[in-house]
Amino acid sequence: MTVALILVLVAIGSVVFHWLSPWWWTPIASNWHYIDQTLIITFWITGAAFVAVVGFMAWCVFRYRHRPGQTAHYEPENKKLELWLTVATALGVAAMLAPGLFVWSQFVTVPHDATEVEIVGQQWRWSYRLPGKDGRLGTSDVRLISGTNPLGLNPDDPAGQDDVVIDAEDLHLPIDRPVKVLLRSIDVLHDFYVPEFRSKMDMIPGSVTYFWFTPTRTGSFEALCAELCGIGHPMMRGRVVVQTEADYQAWLSGQRTFAQMAAQLAAR
Amino acid sequence: MGDVADAAGAAIPHPDSEEDDLYHPHSWLTKYVFSQDAKVIGVQYSLTAISIGMVALVLSWLMRLQLGFPGTFDFIDPPAYYQFITMHGMIMVVYLLTALFLGGFGNYLIPLMLGARDMVFPYVNMLSYWIYLLAVLVLVASFFAPGGPTGAGWTLYPPQAVLSGTPGQEWGIVLMLVSLALFIIGFTMGGLNYVVTVLQARTRGMTLMRMPLTIWGIFTATVMALLAFPALLVGAVMMLLDRLLGTSFFMPSLVEMGQQLRYGGGSPILFQHLFWFFGHPEVYIVALPAFGIVSDLIATHARRNIFGYRMMVWAIVAIGALSFVVWAHHMYVSGMHPYFGFFFATTTLIIAIPTALKLYNWLLTLWRGDIHLTVPMLFALGFIVTFVNGGLTGLFLGNVVVDVPLSDTMFVVAHFHMVMGVAPVMVIFGGLYHWYPKVTGRLLNETLGRIHFWVTFLGAYLIFFPMHYLGLLGVPRRYHDLGQTAFVPDSAHTLNAFISVVALTVGVAQLIFLFNLFWSLRHGRNAGGNPWNATTLEWQTPETPPGHGNWGAAQPVVYRWAYDYSVPGAERDFIPQNDPTAVGMTR
Repeated sequence: MTVALILVLVAIGSVVFHWLSPWWWTPIASNWHYIDQTLIITFWITGAAFVAVVGFMAWCVFRYRHRPGQTAHYEPENKKLELWLTVATALGVAAMLAPGLFVWSQFVTVPHDATEVEIVGQQWRWSYRLPGKDGRLGTSDVRLISGTNPLGLNPDDPAGQDDVVIDAEDLHLPIDRPVKVLLRSIDVLHDFYVPEFRSKMDMIPGSVTYFWFTPTRTGSFEALCAELCGIGHPMMRGRVVVQTEADYQAWLSGQRTFAQMAAQLAAR
Repeated sequence: MGDVADAAGAAIPHPDSEEDDLYHPHSWLTKYVFSQDAKVIGVQYSLTAISIGMVALVLSWLMRLQLGFPGTFDFIDPPAYYQFITMHGMIMVVYLLTALFLGGFGNYLIPLMLGARDMVFPYVNMLSYWIYLLAVLVLVASFFAPGGPTGAGWTLYPPQAVLSGTPGQEWGIVLMLVSLALFIIGFTMGGLNYVVTVLQARTRGMTLMRMPLTIWGIFTATVMALLAFPALLVGAVMMLLDRLLGTSFFMPSLVEMGQQLRYGGGSPILFQHLFWFFGHPEVYIVALPAFGIVSDLIATHARRNIFGYRMMVWAIVAIGALSFVVWAHHMYVSGMHPYFGFFFATTTLIIAIPTALKLYNWLLTLWRGDIHLTVPMLFALGFIVTFVNGGLTGLFLGNVVVDVPLSDTMFVVAHFHMVMGVAPVMVIFGGLYHWYPKVTGRLLNETLGRIHFWVTFLGAYLIFFPMHYLGLLGVPRRYHDLGQTAFVPDSAHTLNAFISVVALTVGVAQLIFLFNLFWSLRHGRNAGGNPWNATTLEWQTPETPPGHGNWGAAQPVVYRWAYDYSVPGAERDFIPQNDPTAVGMTR
């Protein structure tokens, strides 16, 4: 009796907690509403399953608890029932998987007009690079990294000369323009994570990884590292400022290109 | 012995050959220490696993103190914190759960439940334990090595694991990898034993489809472990070479703190594939024995046949096979080719179907049962609640696009603790309360058992259920200190403090269990041979605790499946497997 009651309370308590919880996702600031919607569908299906399972179990514990004269029913198999349950489960699973895969295909298909932006991780800070006027990022190599070339850009690549290098400063992005974020690490794994954007991806030394999103809300968003990268992991913070096109252009005009930076360093 | 006919009239085959005599111990040392008796080895495995598990428990208290009350405990600095989480994770998954389910329960139960006299290779079995113990000692040694144990996280991802920004770079990571290699060698010796024993040493009449589900779970998990652990061994050996000899299996060109290192050309993500090729089957290596054991606990204590036995067996085998093609769902945001996501999300969600079937069959076993709310049954119920909860949140993380915002957050921590921490531990406790009387001849104290259950079950639920919502909010995992983060409200810090207080309480409740374990050894109620009126063979031994060789003069002969509970027309509400009565499932 008590046991059944506690089980019911666990199920009800979980649902009540879900509705009353002050801890919920951050207000979205990107185009990935579909991710949030798939998550909500999943909450509904799994929530219903959880309440049904724990509720049924509580009822069994109450109804079939041991009392004098209680005997168990002997029934080794019931193929029909098992078949029905399999089909119902398969349908529930399909109802979650189908929208999930649909949204994933969008997640991995980068729009053609997306602007490329590079984010470089190292223990324990972020740097950024924008493609400059030609719209292309120049090549880079870890072997080229030095005190005067912190991101290892190829000095002989003409495409890289106008690249804007942002070191120890915030990344700025214009609103409503899709961005393809190219991720590079020069030491260990990192993961550029802004909760409001919903999307993230690890960066792996030796490869370039990517994800894309469109910022949909202006503001300043804190970026964290989401892949354990050593003792400084929690301190590895950054900031993304999403601005209107005009504000963004004003900010951009004040930034140095790779060629300018090299010239300044050489002059010193 | 002449031919014996079972109830259906089919002749049960005459033994092919005479029994070999076992190596009987001649001294205290060979009886209790260097024993070749699987039962003693099982107890040795269990005690060692529980001891090292206590270390992991204390580590979890320390990390919860830091998370709940950051800045209060000076000695938990970032290196220490990362060492604690790493060792906690590795100990719990490998040295406690795997060792206890397969080495502990496996050794004790396989020969007994199959009517065998012992494992088929008793000497190798003994070696298996001693190598396991050595692996544990090497692991413990890393706490005392210069620089301490590794703090690379239990996943040991390179390049971080072998670089200087991670604590334990000097000795810790080396000892960890050596210890894992030893563990795998030891396990392989035991594992081959379990598989051959199940296939070759079952007593007469014990067909595969009459085996208790406990054995099906342990057997399938062992086959999986024999296939999955080599991937980890390879990964560990290669990383050891990277660390010690400067090879570059997993190390690309990189710059560490402004210094160009001499590595180049290796692939960090290759290690992740190797690790999870082991790591995901590992989840089921822990889960399948738990599935099996809990099936037997539910059937026995609900006095009802397990519902859909054949479906349960096929579900175990299907889950075991499928679990080898889902590994990269741990890597959706690792930077692997994004098209992998379609495949691995599909396989991952498909595996939910046989898993859900097992759940239904447990519920349908309770339905129309005669439920005795004994301590093992309570733990079985606790398992169902936590396993369902953790399994359902797995559908979030397995569904590739939903995983993107949630991966690497506290949601993941909450999910895997619920599903492969709390749930299997519930089964371990249930199993210990259930089989302790066979091991010692005495029952564990029931009042202490109930207190232990309620504090552990409700406490664990209170720890991990709200934690999901921290992850949903965006709180990342493996943070020594959240500090000031714009999107994290103060209430989240309060919740963290609450979780820590509950975690310490649950931790203390485990001391009640330890006390019970020792106290009942002398003061527990006398159990007799079969205190739960169970059908399976281990409860039908001539002596309790069973002697070396288990069965006295003659091995039992099996006439029926393991679940003849409450058979209409039977004298009692259970018919042991070695009872030739003509009612029940004797075909």
